[in-house]
Amino acid sequence: MAEKISGSEALMRSLLAEGVDTIFGYPGGAIMPIYDALYDHREKINHILTRHEQGAIHAAQGYARVTGKPGICFATSGPGATNLLTGIADAMIDSTPLVCITGQVASPLLGTDAFQESDIVGMSMPVTKWNAQITNVEEIPGVIAKAFHIATTGRPGPVLIDIAKDVQFAPIEFEYVKCTKIRSYVPTRPIDMEQIELAAEAINKAKKPFLLIGHGIIISGAENELIELIEKADIPSAWTLLGNSVLKPEHPLNMGMLGMHGHYGPNIKTNECDLLIAVGMRFDDRVTSKVSTYARQAKVIHIEIDPSEINKIIHADYPVLGDAKKVLTKLLPKIEKATHTDWINEFKACYEIEFEKVIKKDLHRNNGKSTMGEVVRKVTEKTEGKAIIVTDVGQQQMIAARYSGFAQSRSFVTSGGLGTMGFGLPASIGAQLGKPDRTVVAFIGDGGFQMTIQEMGTIAQENIPVKIVILNNHFLGMVRQWQELFFEKRYSFTEIKSPDFVALSNSYGIAARRISKSNELDNAVSEMLNHDGPFLLEVVVEREDNVFPMVPSGASVSDVILEKSDQE
Amino acid sequence: MKQEFNIIAYTENNIGLLNRITIVFTRRKVNIESLTVSESALKGVSKFTIVVETTEEQVQKIVQQIEKQVEVLKAFYHTNDELCYQEIALYKVSTDDLTASDKIESLIRKYNARILEITKEFTVIEKTGHKEETQEFFEELNQFRVLQFIRSGRVAITRLTIERLSEFLKERDKMLSAID
Repeated sequence: MAEKISGSEALMRSLLAEGVDTIFGYPGGAIMPIYDALYDHREKINHILTRHEQGAIHAAQGYARVTGKPGICFATSGPGATNLLTGIADAMIDSTPLVCITGQVASPLLGTDAFQESDIVGMSMPVTKWNAQITNVEEIPGVIAKAFHIATTGRPGPVLIDIAKDVQFAPIEFEYVKCTKIRSYVPTRPIDMEQIELAAEAINKAKKPFLLIGHGIIISGAENELIELIEKADIPSAWTLLGNSVLKPEHPLNMGMLGMHGHYGPNIKTNECDLLIAVGMRFDDRVTSKVSTYARQAKVIHIEIDPSEINKIIHADYPVLGDAKKVLTKLLPKIEKATHTDWINEFKACYEIEFEKVIKKDLHRNNGKSTMGEVVRKVTEKTEGKAIIVTDVGQQQMIAARYSGFAQSRSFVTSGGLGTMGFGLPASIGAQLGKPDRTVVAFIGDGGFQMTIQEMGTIAQENIPVKIVILNNHFLGMVRQWQELFFEKRYSFTEIKSPDFVALSNSYGIAARRISKSNELDNAVSEMLNHDGPFLLEVVVEREDNVFPMVPSGASVSDVILEKSDQE
Repeated sequence: MKQEFNIIAYTENNIGLLNRITIVFTRRKVNIESLTVSESALKGVSKFTIVVETTEEQVQKIVQQIEKQVEVLKAFYHTNDELCYQEIALYKVSTDDLTASDKIESLIRKYNARILEITKEFTVIEKTGHKEETQEFFEELNQFRVLQFIRSGRVAITRLTIERLSEFLKERDKMLSAID
């Protein structure tokens, strides 16, 4: 007769069976039995106590983004669970695998407005791939197995499991079987060779093909296949924010970033190509801007794992359903060798213009202050592009995306679809724990930093050697830029006063330094990178700098502007 | 151009799934005209019949979003002429009005309705049909004062394809086992 263990112990063993080695969490009343069971496994499972549940979930996201494994977080009922919602919504829209376990009041109390009771299952429905509440201890192994299967297969996403407190105590005869299929869930469709043939034919016929690299390539691990394809058929390519780091900066077919603050060439040439090949991307509105004027002249191939994304925004002439790596593998043998030198040179000409009007200024200014771009470039140079770059949200995010360059894939962690300020600091914690052998540098604005500033405590307690660069312009920079360009400089509540970040950092026992002159930058970045342990570098930058190029809201991507005067 | 569509979804019989499905409609600001959920021919599988008024482009996207939900087995949409459907309506009138003349009685015969229940105070009349038909009957009956009225959701069977749920599930199982 098998031994009986508690529901909490069953949960622990289920997590261990799924290969969990790191959990980010914050205990509380309704999850205490689970934490008690966790205590017996603290040698095998590293639990990181954050300072807010939002810190826990963003850390879990950072961990998942750099490892590809699901991020795990624990929170208690009521406010603990609701504090996870922002991170869950963020993971949902950025396709990040997460398994969130929340404690819940004892099952007889459900629906009675009990202490710290909240209907987290109801609240998280629109923003989870799947969720469930466990009120019967026998369900634990099956539901956890199902949760991991759903979170990590097909298009990854967050799953929330709410476990009632009495269930955490109840006895169960434990047996764990991994979930390999659910009859109502098809993570990837079998590849339709007819779709492949049509797509290949279109690529071979195209005179001006343009390929869009999305997050799906990284999720699928299809980087090599992608590079082989574009090199074979000589296709200029650009990347979405989350597709960053697939291509090395010096790759001859790397034309830059797409989107509202992407590079000039990719935006302009979108409306001049004859074939648009979208791989693992979802035509987000930051990329397309005005849909009615987006690539109307081109045929569109859409290689995508989620059937509901096909024809959601942009009509796909040649949809190809399936996992990116599998699709590209099947597609490659059918692609003919080709050259498109003249077409590629058009992109290069755009880059020359952009360099003169935007990039030169972004990377150096003669007024003695560092520019944001200069700081990002310096870090990239000194880390040889090998660091994992994490960003917060706003101007610093766009500048970091544009001016870092990566020697390997899966090196850029940012909140794309939801644009959550405060993401950067906790995400960098998760990223460092996921990849302890790599340098992790976070670029954060003075506004975003203050949103999750309490996670400095987590860094201090666990001695996580992240390198934090605060680009301080004393404003909520991106909002201020819009107020300057579209609201006649009426700076409505965007000026922000911050603490002395260096003193704050030191109060946590974390080394820190502030610089404001560009001739201090080289030395300061070296000091930061060479320091053994966490380091905060505050760089005081120009108060009112703008990020260009910019595709103004509601404009065509062809109307991308390079500087402020272009607007008149 | 908007028209009436019937969305049919087969799902697992789990709590909370109704909420997940209605969220798809709420997000797109599409009103659900009527909704029927009940157990399908296969035990443990629920069938949803949802009537909406929207464009074909919109209903295609809605169906894809419904299928995306983990517990949904299959979803598709039909226009009214692709289905054979019925709705049921109940009308309560006072028994005194019923017996006062033979006008209500002849309406019941004309519209092929039937009397469900008679008490001293009230009589409940039942009619099945399409919305236009039950509505027309209501308007005629209301001349004699309808005390209470309720219309059900839709039950529908497709004219075109033969749906055999158990076969679909066998095919699905094969497909899932084939994916490595």
